[in-house]
Amino acid sequence: MEQQTFLNILPILIVSTTTIATIFVEAFYKRSDNLIYWLSIVSLILTLIYSILTINVQNLNFSNTLHSGGITNLFYFVLSLTSLLVIISARDYLLRAKYHHGEFYILIFSSLLGMMLMASSRDLILTFLGLELMSLSFYVLAGYNRKVLFNNEASLKYFLLGAFASGFLLYGIALIYGSAQTTNILLIVNEFNNLLLKPLFVLGLVLLLIGFSFKVASVPFHMWVPDVYEGSPTVVSALMSTAGKTAAFAALIISFYGSTTSQVNFEIVAKIISYLAIASMLIGSITAIAQTNLKRMLAYSSIAHAGYMLIGIASANKLGMSGVIFYLIVYSFMNVASFILISLMENDFEKRISLNDFIGLANTHPWYAAIMALMMFALSGLPPFGGFFGKYYVFLAAIKADLTYLAVIGVISSVISAYFYLRVVVYMYFRTNEERKDIFHTSADNFVLVLCTLFVLQLGITPNLVLDLITRFLP
Amino acid sequence: MIEQYIPLILAILIALLFSLFLLKASSWFGPQRPNPEKLSTYESGMEPVRTARERFSVKFYIVAIMFIIFDIEVVFLYPWAVNLKNLIDLMGFFIIAEMFIFIIILLAGYLYLLKKGALKWD
Repeated sequence: MEQQTFLNILPILIVSTTTIATIFVEAFYKRSDNLIYWLSIVSLILTLIYSILTINVQNLNFSNTLHSGGITNLFYFVLSLTSLLVIISARDYLLRAKYHHGEFYILIFSSLLGMMLMASSRDLILTFLGLELMSLSFYVLAGYNRKVLFNNEASLKYFLLGAFASGFLLYGIALIYGSAQTTNILLIVNEFNNLLLKPLFVLGLVLLLIGFSFKVASVPFHMWVPDVYEGSPTVVSALMSTAGKTAAFAALIISFYGSTTSQVNFEIVAKIISYLAIASMLIGSITAIAQTNLKRMLAYSSIAHAGYMLIGIASANKLGMSGVIFYLIVYSFMNVASFILISLMENDFEKRISLNDFIGLANTHPWYAAIMALMMFALSGLPPFGGFFGKYYVFLAAIKADLTYLAVIGVISSVISAYFYLRVVVYMYFRTNEERKDIFHTSADNFVLVLCTLFVLQLGITPNLVLDLITRFLP
Repeated sequence: MIEQYIPLILAILIALLFSLFLLKASSWFGPQRPNPEKLSTYESGMEPVRTARERFSVKFYIVAIMFIIFDIEVVFLYPWAVNLKNLIDLMGFFIIAEMFIFIIILLAGYLYLLKKGALKWD
């Protein structure tokens, strides 16, 4: 084995070494939670730096199964940055709820390892391995405090439905292997047109799509999303809705990025994906109107956003793929900030934040209200925030791919979704309440919120910088 | 193609029907004179006290998880040990180091369980 191979996959090695090392630390030190917290932060910063430094060195390692450099490193960067933001703000949240243990960070790290594997794998078996590693950690994280009933409910629901979806995915992989005689994605993409003639392959492809749709939370495989996001600890929902979605979309993009070349006959798959997109956008944004619980509302908004992102995949051109990646980056920052703002209003795991808790926030905490308003504007897709360009690129890609109806439905559903996003702003600014709500903020939380705000603004004002980077690395 | 399998399908069908018939036959032809003593659960002569569906202590599951660690270790160690000579010629020292890394990963889980008191029964 050459040394270069191990240097290429160093981000994965750093994260996996930290996972194992923190388990040892947790086992042997009595008060290990703070030590593990700092260890995780250091190793995440190392991962961030290394993945940016080596972004230009593209390689395929371990007999074409593990890609490194380029778009993979960009995913590494986004995934570890999201985890870093969540970890930084999670510490105070867990201390407030008096449930701060080192295991939280260990589980986040093992899920991050799974997500990084999904983003870098070029082999379906490895993708499945990463997906399972991510999901298993999320099942446990969703039920992080076993004494809280809501956590248990979320964990059990997520586990039962998630295991079912993994079964679909695995069966799809088995059928694809049966008809293509390989699990290597690059080889399958080369033979895609011939393989499409085999009914077994099409069936496998559809089952694979079902498995991924479950993980990206698109209709009709969205039933778990509201319950799980509502029931899990808020910081965990922040990670699940952003990094989890990013990883699942990364795997989806990798599986279908061969479709961007014109030789591939992608129409049948694009049709299925566009139906999923339409259903997700409309059902997600219409159902969110009825929600008064903020976390449920964000869960339905997450379903709608999965729909917008699926448009980019259905358009099957380079702009669509890079648009989805851009959207994922913006979405990560927007959603992490919104969930963390909600978590700041909770002092234990049992608290449920509803719209009424936001009444008069602008008077009592003007800065937090301003950030929340900004995130809501960005999520609804108003310029000049990053969310606008995320939507703009995928709609543009849809029009270029002659799928104008997708773009039209996307715009209609954006308008519908503006209602419930802006309702939060109305509650904060135009209604007053005598009762004063507490916000349990610390400097770490403020740092995360300001960072997210800056990123969302930067991505909205100079989107070209990031989009050019993505387009340069997309093969 | 399909014709070759007709005898097989017939054999399966006959076996299924015959075994179903035998299962039912004892209740059709046998004398039925039930009494409470006969209908009670057979517990090697012991009086059955309560239902067998009970909640187990979570400790049993932890022991089961611990077993899995060693189980997986053996599953991979055995073929590794059998092929070690060839593998060393092929890959050199790397193959030995890799197995030790694998054992360290499993050891992390085992030591974690041990230190958290998985085997402390009281």
